[in-house]
Order: sequence, then C-alpha cells, then structure tokens
Amino acid sequence: MEYIVEMLGIRKAFPGIVANDDVTLRLRRGEIHALLGENGAGKSTLMGILFGIYQPDAGVIKIRGKETKIANPNVANALGIGMVHQHFKLVHNFTVTENIILGSEPRRGLLYDTKSASRRIAELSRQYGLNVDPDAKIEDISVGMQQRVEILKMLYREAEVLIFDEPTAVLTPQEIRDLMDIMKNLKAEGKSIILITHKLKEIKAVADRCTVIRRGKLIGTVDVAATSEAEMAKMMVGRDVSLTVEKSKREAGDPVLRIESLTVLNNKKVPGLKSFSLDVRRGEIVGIAGVEGNGQTELVEALTGLRKPESGTIWFNGLDITRYSVRQRIECGIAHIPEDRQKRGLVLDYSLEDNMVLEMYYRQPYSRRGLLNRREIRRHAERIIGDFDVRAGEGAVTKARALSGGNQQKAIIGREMELDPLLLIAVQPTRGLDVGSIEYIHRRLVEQRDKGKAVLLVSLELDEILALSDRIAVLSHGELVGIVNAGETDENEIGLMMAGIGKEAESR
Amino acid sequence: MWQLVSGIFPYAILYTVPLLITALGGLFSERSGVVNIGLEGLMVIGMFTSAFVILQLQPVLPYMALWIGLAAGMAAGMLFSLLHAFASINLSANQIISGTAINMVAGALTVFLARNMTGSGNIRIQRGFTPKDVPGLSDIPVIGDLFFTNAYVTTLVILIILFLSSFVLYKTPFGLRLRACGENPQAAEAAGINVRRMRYIGVLISGAFAALGGAVIIVTYSGEFNGTAAGLGFLALAALIFGQWRPFGVLGATLFFGFASTVANVSQVIPELKVIPPVVLQTFPYVVTLIALILFSKSSQAPRAAGEPFDSGKR
Amino acid sequence: MKNAIVSLLAVLFGLLAGALLMAVTGHNPLAGYRFLLEGGLKSIERFGNTLATATPLIFTGLSVAFAFRTGLFNIGASGQMLIGGFCATFVGLTLDLPKPLLVPLVIAAGFAAGALWAFLPGLLKARFNVHEVVSTIMLNWTAYWVVYNAVPAYLKGPYLETESRPLPPNGNIRMTWLSELFGGSYINLGIFLAVLAVIAVAFIIDRTTLGYELKAVGFNRHAAEYAGMTVGRNIVLSMLIAGGLAGLAGVAQYTGNAVNIQIGHLPNQGFDGIAVALLGANNPYGVMLAAIFFGLLYAGRGYMNAMEGIPPEISDTIIAIIIYFAATSILIERLVRRLARRRRERRDAEAESGRA
Repeated sequence: MEYIVEMLGIRKAFPGIVANDDVTLRLRRGEIHALLGENGAGKSTLMGILFGIYQPDAGVIKIRGKETKIANPNVANALGIGMVHQHFKLVHNFTVTENIILGSEPRRGLLYDTKSASRRIAELSRQYGLNVDPDAKIEDISVGMQQRVEILKMLYREAEVLIFDEPTAVLTPQEIRDLMDIMKNLKAEGKSIILITHKLKEIKAVADRCTVIRRGKLIGTVDVAATSEAEMAKMMVGRDVSLTVEKSKREAGDPVLRIESLTVLNNKKVPGLKSFSLDVRRGEIVGIAGVEGNGQTELVEALTGLRKPESGTIWFNGLDITRYSVRQRIECGIAHIPEDRQKRGLVLDYSLEDNMVLEMYYRQPYSRRGLLNRREIRRHAERIIGDFDVRAGEGAVTKARALSGGNQQKAIIGREMELDPLLLIAVQPTRGLDVGSIEYIHRRLVEQRDKGKAVLLVSLELDEILALSDRIAVLSHGELVGIVNAGETDENEIGLMMAGIGKEAESR
Repeated sequence: MWQLVSGIFPYAILYTVPLLITALGGLFSERSGVVNIGLEGLMVIGMFTSAFVILQLQPVLPYMALWIGLAAGMAAGMLFSLLHAFASINLSANQIISGTAINMVAGALTVFLARNMTGSGNIRIQRGFTPKDVPGLSDIPVIGDLFFTNAYVTTLVILIILFLSSFVLYKTPFGLRLRACGENPQAAEAAGINVRRMRYIGVLISGAFAALGGAVIIVTYSGEFNGTAAGLGFLALAALIFGQWRPFGVLGATLFFGFASTVANVSQVIPELKVIPPVVLQTFPYVVTLIALILFSKSSQAPRAAGEPFDSGKR
Repeated sequence: MKNAIVSLLAVLFGLLAGALLMAVTGHNPLAGYRFLLEGGLKSIERFGNTLATATPLIFTGLSVAFAFRTGLFNIGASGQMLIGGFCATFVGLTLDLPKPLLVPLVIAAGFAAGALWAFLPGLLKARFNVHEVVSTIMLNWTAYWVVYNAVPAYLKGPYLETESRPLPPNGNIRMTWLSELFGGSYINLGIFLAVLAVIAVAFIIDRTTLGYELKAVGFNRHAAEYAGMTVGRNIVLSMLIAGGLAGLAGVAQYTGNAVNIQIGHLPNQGFDGIAVALLGANNPYGVMLAAIFFGLLYAGRGYMNAMEGIPPEISDTIIAIIIYFAATSILIERLVRRLARRRRERRDAEAESGRA
C-alpha cells in the first residue's frame, strides 16, 4: 500500500463555477505533499472534500487502499484525517483543552473530564515540541499558539494524515521556520502531510512532492527537489511569470507626509503603535513590513482618521491633520485602498457606479443641492471601468457583490486613483488575487509613484514589499525597528527586524 | 419596614418565577445561536393551552389537572417553537422577524380559538395551586418567613430546573457543545457536532420553558387566560441580557425585576412608597435594562454567533 | 419583480391558511371571505373606513421600511405611535386656535414626539452599539406606562379614567366635507398625509444624497465610515425619521380615526407595520399597497363576525401567518424556482417529442 490517500478524478461544482475538474492527488505514507495553486484555483475545495465538508459530484476517494465515502468531518476524523484550517475553528472563550476535546469529550458519568484530557494534551505538546498551555483561554493566546492548538486537535484525535491550509499567512518568519520544523518532526513520527499553499519558497523548504492545480484542473505532480521555483510558478499560472517588478530609479522629492511620535491605542486599550515616526516623500513608495498585528492596522487607521491617536502629530502637505475627520483627510488628498475590500472598501449591495462615488457623492458634479446626478455618476463609473479594466457583467449597474475579488479590487484602486491623491495608502492591495491582477496592480502603484505622488504600502507579503518599495520601515510589536533602503537589504535582514532585532533608523 | 419586605416578598417571588423560567428558555435558545424574541407569544401559547386543558379536566381530576395542564402547556410551546426553529435554522430566515411572527400568530390564534370555544376571548380556571407554608422550613427565622411561607410548589419546580440548567450547561458535554454552537458554529461543525440539531434543541427548550412560564402564571396568580402576557416575554428577554446569559445572572435579574414590578403594583397602598409617582416604578425595569445595556455594551457576554443563520461549510 | 411574486404568494398562502382555520372551526370560508370583502368595500362609507384603517398602517409600514433600508430594525413603532398620538392629542386639547393653525401644530407635535421617542434608541446604537431591537422594545413598554399615567393625569374627561376627552373639531384632523364625501365614514386628512409621506420617502431614498448616505450606512457601516460618512449621525437621523413616521401613525389614529386616546393598550399597528414593510418589500409604494390590503382585512372583519360568526381575530391570524410566510420567503422562492424548472423541462420534453 504505497499511498495512504488517493483522490481520483474528483469533480465538484458550485453554482456558476467548477471548483475541481477531474483532479487526482495521491499522498504517500510519510511524505509532505504540497498542493499548489493560485487563489481560487480549487485547493481548499479539494481538501474540504477530503475532510468531509463537501461531497464530490464525481470521483473516488481511497484511504489506505480502500474506497470510502467521507460524509462529514466525524468520518474523516475516524479515518485519521485531520485539518488545520486557514481560519481557525476555535471558540474564543473556551480554554485550549475545551477546544481540543469538543466533540469527543472524555466522560466521567454525566460530566466531561477536563483533567485527564489536560494531562494528555500537555504530554502531546511536549512530545512534538508545540509549547501550548492547556488551560489558557483562546482569546488570550497568540495567533501562532492558536495554530499549534489546531495542530494539537489533530494529534489528540490520533490523526495520521494532516492537512494544513495556508498555514503561514499569519506567522512571523521565525514562526514559519518553527512550523517547518514541527512538520519535519511530524513526518519523522510517521505522519503524512498535505500542505496547501501558494508560496513557492515554503514548498521548496519542506515538501517532497507537489501537485499543481490551475482553475480547477490538475496540471501535474512533480518532484520538488527536481523542479525549480520558476517552473512551478509557470505550472501554477500557465505562462512565464516575472517574479520581479519593473521599476526605474527615481529621486524622491520633499516629504508630503510626516509622522511624529505617533502612539495609538488598540481595541484592548493598550498601545498598538508606539512613538512611531516616519516621512513619506513625493515620488517614492515606502513599504511597511511586519507580521499581522504589529501595529499596521493602528497606523493606517490613525493616518486615515478612523482612529484617534493617543499622542503624536501627523503633518500632511504642511497641515497638522492629526485631528482631522476622515472626510477632511480625503479632501486634503489622502486616498486609501483598504485591507478588507468587502468590509471597508465597498458597499456590496450597491451597484458599481454607486460605489465609485462613495467618497465624492456629495460634491459636484455628482450631486447638486442634495440631489444625485445619475448621469455624471454613470459617466464616472464607466471611465473607471475602462481605465482600470474592471470586468463587470452588466457594466456600471452591476451589483458590487457580483464582481470577482480581483475586479472588486481593481474598481477600488480605480476609484482611489481617480481622486488623484497626493498620498495613496495601499494596505494588502493584492490579497487573495490571481497573478494577472497582482501584476496589474503593482504596475499601477509604480505608475503612481512615477507621477510624483507618494505611496505608503502596507503588506504582509515580504516579497511584495521588497519588489515595490524604495524604502522599507519595519514594525515589530508596535515599534519602528528600523528603516532601510530596499535596494540594500534582503529578506533575512527584514525577517530579523520583524522579530524585533533591529538596526537604528537610518533615514527619516 | 420588615413587615413591608416580608409582605412583599412572596408576591415578588410569585412574579419572578414565570419570568425566570421564560428567561431560561431564551438562554438556551440564544446560547445555541438562535435569537428568540417570540418568548412572549410562546408564553401566551402556554397560558392558553394550560388554561384550556385545566378547564376541561378540573371537574374530573381537581389536582392532577393542574400538573397535566402544565405539561400540556409545555408540549404546545415546544410544538409552536418548531415554527421558529424551522424558519431560523432550515430556511435561514431573519430571526427577529420570525420571532415577531410567532408573537403575532400566537396572540391572534389563541384568542381566535378561545372565542370559538367559549364565546369570549377569555378562559378562566376554577382553582390553581394554593400557597402553603412548607412544613418545618417555614419556622426558620428570617429565611422561613421570606421563602417558605405562602410558597407555591411550582416555585420549587422552577428552581430545580434552574439548578439543572446550570449543571447541564457548564458540566456536561451537551452543554459544552451547545455553547460552542452559539459562539462559533463553524468550529463546532468542524468538531463533528450537528449544529442544526443542537439549535433545534435550544429552540425547543425555549418553547417548552416559555410556555411553562405562561402556564405557571395561570396556575398561581392569574387564573385566567386573556390573550396576552402583558409584555412579560419581552421583560424576560431584558432579564436575559441583564443577567449576561448566565443562569444565575438571570436569576438575579429576574428577582430584581420581580421586586420592581411588585413594588410598582403595591406602591399606592403603602404609605412610605406612595410618594413615588407610579410611573417611575412601572417603567423601572425597562429603564434599568436600558442603563444596563449601556454599561454592558463593551463587555457583553452575548453568544457571538447568536442571530446569524448558520452557513454550513462557510470559511 | 421577484419580490412582488414572493409577497403575492405569501398573501395567497396566508389567505389559504385562514380559510383552513375557518373551515376547521366550523365556518364557511367562502362566505367568510365574501363578508370580509363586503365589510370593507360594500359601500362608500365602508371604503372610506378601509382607507382610514389602512392609514396608520401606511405610516408604521413606512417607519419600519425606512429604518430597515438604513440597516435598522424599528420594533418600537408601537411606542412611538402611542407617544406621538398622545402629544398630538395633548396639543389638540390644550391649545385653542382656529383649525388651519391648530391642525399643523397637532401633526407637527405627533411627528416630533415620535421622532424623539426613537432618538434614544438611535443614540444608544450609535454611541454604544446597543441593539435597537431591545432598546425599542423597552421603550414600547415605557411609552405604555407613561401614557397610562399621563392621560388620566392631564387629559381625562369628566367620566372615564381610561381615556382622554374627545378632541374638539378644530383640534382633530377630520374634515366634515371629507366625511360627507365618504358617506359618513371616519376617513380623515390622514390618508392624504400618508400618500404624501409615501412619495416623500421614495424620493428621499432614491434620489437624494441623504438617502444615499443612509442606505450606505445601513448596508455597510464600515465602508461608510471609511468613505468619510459620519455613521453615528446617520443612524440617529434614520431613527428620527422612522420615529416621526410612526408618530404620524399616532396622529392618524388618535386624532383622525378616533378622536381620543385610550390607555392600557399598546397599538397593534406598530407590529403590523413590520408585516406591512415585509410584504411591501421595504418599498414605499409596496408598503402602501400592503397597508391597504391589511386595512381591508381589519375593516371588514366586524361585518364578517356579525354575518358569519367568525371571530374577528381571524384577520390578525391571517396577517400573522402572512408575515411568517414572507419571513420564510426562501421556501416560496424555491417553490417558484421548482415550478419554473418543471415548466421548462416539460417544454423541452414536448419539443423533443415533437421532433421525434
């Protein structure tokens, strides 16, 4: 029995889209097998089928050589399959132990027995080097530890096949290295692992073989050691991909944004950003690097007016805008591409054209004396659709909800750039997009800079920061660790800085 | 002063008990993730069913009729709450609207049926439970006077249900799973729990308890069904929020409201209280809940997923 | 379009359920419905009464629908209506002015009082994120008790403790010429106000920047905030308008349909407004149609009771069942889809067999 899991000829369709089209994946016992594909290629659906969340429309699943139907996660668990989800499935106000035993609680009469479970969990944690406190509440522990709780969930149920769904999105480079080590430990103990990811570096670091999916179809299964990153990228996207961005050297002008000792409290009333200072100049892209939750959100919210800073000053174009409202800042010339396009960037139930005037509806020509001017609004939307290549089924009247993620993002970027801002704040502008859209958006951001505007780029993807930025400021635990020129640094240095080991700020 | 308190006490308890059991019903429903503002209507269903059954049976079984009436009320409440459960859980309907529909249907349908049966919209029963002094315990100084004189047996039943509820919710696997469904149903689903079934159970319990609350009113202080629960179902909802979704918190809240309402009712006949304008006492529970809502707004312990339809397989 | 079909089907199912109920309790459904229709439409007077009965429902329906379009759930229409009606009655009884001056004041008082009663829930939601469902329910019962005490204290007549004095002719919104036109019915200015309100609400929601803002905040307050809109102010404004509309319902009911206000009763029209809004798919004109339909159900039930002995609560029951069906509209949508598919399949099969 060479293969422990075989998914043969799997097909799964949802209304309007075929998520998996005749896909085959075979997992050998004791191997780490990567599942590679762009966002939306169908990886999570395939694994959802393996884990019993979905049922395939066609195809066969064999576990340890025997054909099986996996009707629900319980069946998957019973077969020894476990999954660490991209969005953790943890109850925030339960303890680690309660979360792990949920669904298969050890009984003592009518009660459930936390003590013996706690002991076993501590034991497993020690065995695999996971360092988890069984009695801590989920809402009190770090994201990295929460992920390890998810891993413990699988080990507690004696899973043999472990599926990891995009596990590194929320981790620091150090934690990513730790996770890679944990995976190697698991492999050494005889577990078989499927790693869903779109990150080529990680595949190269730990995987034995890799199955590539594109738009729901199987492209091929390769031996990782024998395949280069460029070749895997080509399989994933379908054409040659330039892994770098075209950028000419430019001299930056004078500062348009000056942040002085900004301190901002987060939702827990603790400083999320501490005494942060930074300049952004005309004609440059400044990248903010850091792991999620290290102050970027607080910084952006303070800059855009969504959150009041505790102390410090923000100067924009010579004005002290620290106490300005959101609307005032927009009118001053600050545009913002938000982190969460569906939550902040769009009103999904509005049409595309109504979304395109979200910040400007009250001004001429879009309205006069309180009455909306539909014709101007339509014209504006059509201009953006044309200039920014937004694909919308019914043109300007399409409901925003109906657009794909990539088109939604392009529309938002179009709207913000049409404001012709002095400063464009772009947060995670390419999250969840396919490579084509990513390339396009990167190009437009560079264009903005070349026009002499200022761009502040906040991103969790280090590669994106390195490729686009002229200068990079690194945040760790709310503090500025250092500012470096992009051309003079590399991932390792930034990684160290993100972990807090910094160099003194060179230029301000 | 003491006379005042010990005189009011039994009435306050009387008023509290139906509120308590109804609020407990709401607790189970919301803890499982389904908001149920149809508690008012479910109380009315309980009042109607129990009054009707008791009226029919009392000539034959004077005492047992009361207990059968209570049970019948609970059963009717459970059945009726299926409407809300089906709409909210299977059809992902807006839970507020579904709950409002329940209130409206219950109010209208019961009076309609009552009128058909008795000509007027009211059903009056001959005799309810009689308050008694608990032998032995009523002689204990202070506590005996307060709790064990003029006590109803239904109070004891409800208190037992309260303790059982707390035990089940926090100590049994069922309770753990139920709470998980209300906080993060996706996590519960991934752990292999049937979230739909759990939520059905939560709503059915709320139907049974709320109807029991209405039925208890009939057999203790009211004795007559007249088509409405006078807003007690909504007051129970307020108590649930005030008690922060915990059984003993709800006990505290309902006691508080029970006292406030009783004081409001008797204030005009008691010289010390006569100076307070009645409207203050009458609106006291509602105003106080509003204040509590403000105070608790930051740290609310409401089940996170309550009110949202469960989308199986959503990431 | 789909909304209209769903609403019509909900009405149909509700009527069918009502018929079932009538039959099961030993009455004749056909006769029942015939008398119901006659009761509402048989004479010009009855027709006028139907319109008058529908008027408060139009207002509460608009109130709930408007709030809903802006993302808020106004369950407090009952309390707002009661307070609005009370204040309107108070002004009508207290000030002694000629009718053309007094009536606008009465109407304004009703609107303002209703708006103020909704202001608090709006404020609480904006500042503390207190859910408006609970806060408006609390205020409903507060309104109940306030009016319970205030009417006997300030407005009572010489005989009864439980209701106010009747409004004099210059203080109520009835018009002799109008009542005579409709054969003595209690129809009043309210219906005209209601139609104006429908047009005004439709205009505000669809064509103004105010409507644009309110809807944006209602659909997605995070995006609205990001785009520079003041979310808090908009929530409060929304509730003020919704409360004012419900207050006008009170004006229509207590200074028009009746000419006094009674205590001890939380007006049903507040909750019916939810049904009307739902059935009207939150569209002002749909609300108007739905309200008139409900008005018919209510106006005709007395006649139906007199002629067939069917308890008048049948109307309440039918309305409640309709709202249940409207709430579970997905079921109806599925039904419609399945019927559409079956018709398509049959057509394809016929085409196939025709070819063969």
